[in-house]
Amino acid sequence: MTPSPVQQELIVAVVKVLVAFGALLTLFSVMTWAERRLLAFMQFRLGPNRTGPIGILQPVADGIKLFFKEEVAPAGANKWLFVAAPALAVFTAFLAIAVVPYGGTITLPRWGLLPGWLQGREVVLQIADLDVGILFLFAVSSLGVYSIVMAGWAANNKYTLLGGLRSSAQMFSYELALGLSWVGVIMLAGSFRIQDIVAAQAGGFWHWNFVQQVVGFAVYLVAATAEVNRTPFDLPEAETELVAGFHTEYSSMRFALLQMAEYVNMITVAAVGANLFFGGWLSPLPFLPDSPLWFFAKMLAALFFFIWLRGTLPRLRYDQLMAFGWKVLVPLATLNILVTAAVVAFVPPGWPFR
Amino acid sequence: MTAILFYVFAALAVASALVVVGQRNPIYSAFGLIVTLCSLSVIFGLLGSPFIAALQVVVYAGAIMVLFLFVIMLLGVKPEDRESGGTLKAVALALALALAAEMGVVLLGADQPPASSLDASTRAVAHVLFSAPYLYAFEATSILILAALVGSIVLARRDA
Repeated sequence: MTPSPVQQELIVAVVKVLVAFGALLTLFSVMTWAERRLLAFMQFRLGPNRTGPIGILQPVADGIKLFFKEEVAPAGANKWLFVAAPALAVFTAFLAIAVVPYGGTITLPRWGLLPGWLQGREVVLQIADLDVGILFLFAVSSLGVYSIVMAGWAANNKYTLLGGLRSSAQMFSYELALGLSWVGVIMLAGSFRIQDIVAAQAGGFWHWNFVQQVVGFAVYLVAATAEVNRTPFDLPEAETELVAGFHTEYSSMRFALLQMAEYVNMITVAAVGANLFFGGWLSPLPFLPDSPLWFFAKMLAALFFFIWLRGTLPRLRYDQLMAFGWKVLVPLATLNILVTAAVVAFVPPGWPFR
Repeated sequence: MTAILFYVFAALAVASALVVVGQRNPIYSAFGLIVTLCSLSVIFGLLGSPFIAALQVVVYAGAIMVLFLFVIMLLGVKPEDRESGGTLKAVALALALALAAEMGVVLLGADQPPASSLDASTRAVAHVLFSAPYLYAFEATSILILAALVGSIVLARRDA
């Protein structure tokens, strides 16, 4: 029995969502372990190496521990929002990855194992190939701020409130720079679709956007690090000042969800960076085949970079952070847009910088 | 499928809009407004205008409402006591009914173009915005907004 075309679309979409969901959950748990191990190596320690071979089962042990811990909510907490905040955090984090492609269009092979209607079918390696992919990403990431505001406020604790406010101020300040850093890339590709942006970078690594858009890339790098609250911009959880910031009062699985959202956001940012500035799944040299493996290699390199950064840099002061965001990054990104616009308008295609 | 989604999100928009005006706690009102804006964005998306849908969330739900929440949380606004004025309620009800009647008359009288026939893609919107009739108005608006921004900063920082 062959499903109707609508059902076929639906089945393909559901499979894609499940694959992306599973991959993200796996990558998240591996990241929690990899981060601790790598940080430990950078600090001449060993890190978690007791659970399973080289400690690889540590995330499982952590998960079991968090599952069986008691869920505590502070007495004066706002019950609804306190529960809603971690859910919203995870929801927005996973929603954002829906528009991030991890490969181009592939044609499924004609294997006997596949049902007939799937053989030779063309599938886009992306959950939703939106016309406004980048804007969607921007919209969803701006909604992610609410989970932090909500978590900080609902816990009825001065530290969490200050942490939440600080966090959201930081996030929407740097969101501006983040969005502006994308504009140059969008102008070069002439499209909001991430597939188009990747396709515009074809032809070897010297065509990738981090070469032509080096300023935009630098702004993206800094703004993205701040956006996902990683060191040196991890002020929301500056433990010397704010205990643990907005998630101080969270425990058990709700805490785990907030952590998960943070790591998934980091993965999203790494994946988007790989797509926008490093040619996504395109191969670095023209004679090598394009493959989703390139995309994953680039994304993992970006994730390693985040960990490396955490092992290297100290935390900024809050006023330095805000001043840097508004007085350095935003003007720099605006200047980049001006220059890129001039190049796009006046330099004919085929010339240098085009 | 589209119809089902439309009714779900239309209902959500109306329900959360009722929360906005009905709640005594301003925090709930603010979150209600965010839900309303997001539902409206979904409806824009269903009508075949992804660009407007994305902007709706980016600008209103993402940027403006964060500032609302900021102010509410920083000032620590307390839930209001419910007004018990009977005459005020009657006047409000009368005005609401008048508004509903007006809207009903206008909506029933207007001939409605099929929404899906409009080309509201990013490219189409950009072509309209950046071509003859609207270009100057659009650019003038952006300068106006910039001036308002600078002006508000100057006013806020006069003593510093």
